[in-house]
Amino acid sequence: MGIVEAILLSVITAATPLVLAAIGELVTERSGVLNLGVEGMMIMGAVSAFAITQITGSPVLGMLAGVLCGALFSQLFAFLTLTLVANQVATGLALTLLGIGVSGMMGESFLGIQGIKLQPIAIPFLADIPMLGPLLFRQDIIFYLSIALVAGVHWFLFRSRAGLKLRAVGDSHASAHALGVNVIRTRYLAVMFGGACAGLAGAQLSLVYTPQWVENMSAGRGWIALALVVFSSWRPWRVVAGGYLFGAVSISQLHAQAFGLGIPSQFLSSLPYLATIVVLILISHNRRTTLINTPASLGKPFVPDR
Amino acid sequence: MRIELEKRAKVSTLFSVLSPFIAFLLTIVFGGIMFALLGKNPVAALYSFFVEPLSEVWSLHELAIKAAPLIMIGVGLSVCFRSNNWNIGAEGQFIMGAIAGSILPVVFYDWQSPLVLPLMMLMGMLGGALFAAIPAFLKAHMNTNEILTSLMLVYVAQLFLDWLVRGPWRNPGGMNFPETRTFAVDAILPEMIASGRTHWGFAFAIIAAVLVWFMMRYTLKGFEISVLGQSERAGRFAGFSSRRMIWFSMLLSGAFAGLAGISEVSGAIQQLRPVISPGYGFTAIIVAFLGRLNPLGIVAAGLVLALTYLGGEAAQLSIGVSEKVTRVFQGLLLFFVLSCDTLIHYRIKLVFERLAATSTEGSR
Repeated sequence: MGIVEAILLSVITAATPLVLAAIGELVTERSGVLNLGVEGMMIMGAVSAFAITQITGSPVLGMLAGVLCGALFSQLFAFLTLTLVANQVATGLALTLLGIGVSGMMGESFLGIQGIKLQPIAIPFLADIPMLGPLLFRQDIIFYLSIALVAGVHWFLFRSRAGLKLRAVGDSHASAHALGVNVIRTRYLAVMFGGACAGLAGAQLSLVYTPQWVENMSAGRGWIALALVVFSSWRPWRVVAGGYLFGAVSISQLHAQAFGLGIPSQFLSSLPYLATIVVLILISHNRRTTLINTPASLGKPFVPDR
Repeated sequence: MRIELEKRAKVSTLFSVLSPFIAFLLTIVFGGIMFALLGKNPVAALYSFFVEPLSEVWSLHELAIKAAPLIMIGVGLSVCFRSNNWNIGAEGQFIMGAIAGSILPVVFYDWQSPLVLPLMMLMGMLGGALFAAIPAFLKAHMNTNEILTSLMLVYVAQLFLDWLVRGPWRNPGGMNFPETRTFAVDAILPEMIASGRTHWGFAFAIIAAVLVWFMMRYTLKGFEISVLGQSERAGRFAGFSSRRMIWFSMLLSGAFAGLAGISEVSGAIQQLRPVISPGYGFTAIIVAFLGRLNPLGIVAAGLVLALTYLGGEAAQLSIGVSEKVTRVFQGLLLFFVLSCDTLIHYRIKLVFERLAATSTEGSR
């Protein structure tokens, strides 16, 4: 495999968790809920995926555990913000803080253990295409899922009845409620989908990206995913574009460090975070387009009248 | 069974006072269950976590040392949160304050004067405020979400500190350890009480809390903060500018976090290291909410959360659970605080389906 292929491959691996977490959060936000707990759900997914893989010896079971754990963990947020109408920003932060704490405790006995990597699956025929084959069709199942999920979410939001209802809930919960849509249930499900995706993203980190458990291994990726949703203007395919852009930035800093350009490694390591800020500025500085794109009920509490 | 909320006619004063206590009790109950699940005697574990650290003079001093930055940062954040500005990058402002304040004792090591300490404190505040000015500018003038930008800058600050102490600021006589020189006596924040290590940072925190309490309660600025936080539109009609409020609240909380940072470094650590905070900036968010965004409440809340740090260390020594239990307690506490706050504005009713069968389908 040539150097170009190796670099592209590492970009894909770095981008997949971002795409996954962002596409989940995109659906959550389209329903009008701002869940800042992505980082927490992701790290919970990572630790449970690693733990179950160690216990059962099967990374596929581990992956499922990550998804399940992320989905369950997100329901804590959903209960507080949807049933008890707690402040969404504060509750999201609480979810992140709790996730980091609980995962640190759960993962303590797994520190320093060599993990089991999720094996790639070659797709017959397609995998033999030169260049593209090894890049796109000799990947692990989580990569395939990430692309399928983006396509699925696009179809769901813009081509299905349920998706139309979900967008209605996110744009005007009062009108959706008046039309008989169950706002709270829709939002519970949207938050759960976001949690499952973040859990899967976490599982990718501890089973594919670096198959081991390190405390705090999500390293702000959950937050970058949140920024990606803004970047995408809440449109699914743009999440992929943004995710790969960020994947490329984080990989390029690794390669720059390897080449030893004489730039301190800490400056290179801060590039993904600085890039996030720059991208956010470029996307949001125009007040009007931001206003048009953002789901109108985003972050607003809803108490059904009876 | 399902839960329904019924809006109270007016805010419940009873629950405004009680809710933090209920939250704390629930945290203790859940903590006990957690210890039991870990195979420890819950009573003994809770005792060593919450009571033991309070039984000796030296550990009370440690409590004050840990509470100082939490209160200081929490008070600043309460102004932000009340005015609806979500600065969650206090950890980064804490670090940049510590760095800016350390310029004198690290770079101008030879300059000794009674002026050093006050200048350090000022520069610490300036450093924190300038770092908070970035998300403030981006929110006020570029319409950029301050939650994400302030958080991203935390990572940048951490990496910057790491570079400084491993690179240009590393102690030349320090056997290559990643740390700066130890500060000279002139640059060390003195102890406050003769019996132990508590330094003046604790006094700064209490003074800050009282000042902000006074501002919120008795001045027009305090009124402006509350009005803009509750309704930006109403604030505009009153002639208040939400853009100026972004600047005010972010710079204030940044300056407080910066002062907390340089006080911690100068009073407790006495040099810069790659890591100077066990997450004070994030824990202070919990402190602010547990104190119900009231500066005096925040003083009490800061002491409680400082106790969770000490409790974690104590529990690790005496019953052998990981000190990571601290973070779990802190997270649980914030969750319960936020859920109990619902009681202030709503009555919670449990509705059983059998009884509610007559209500129409559409309303569910």
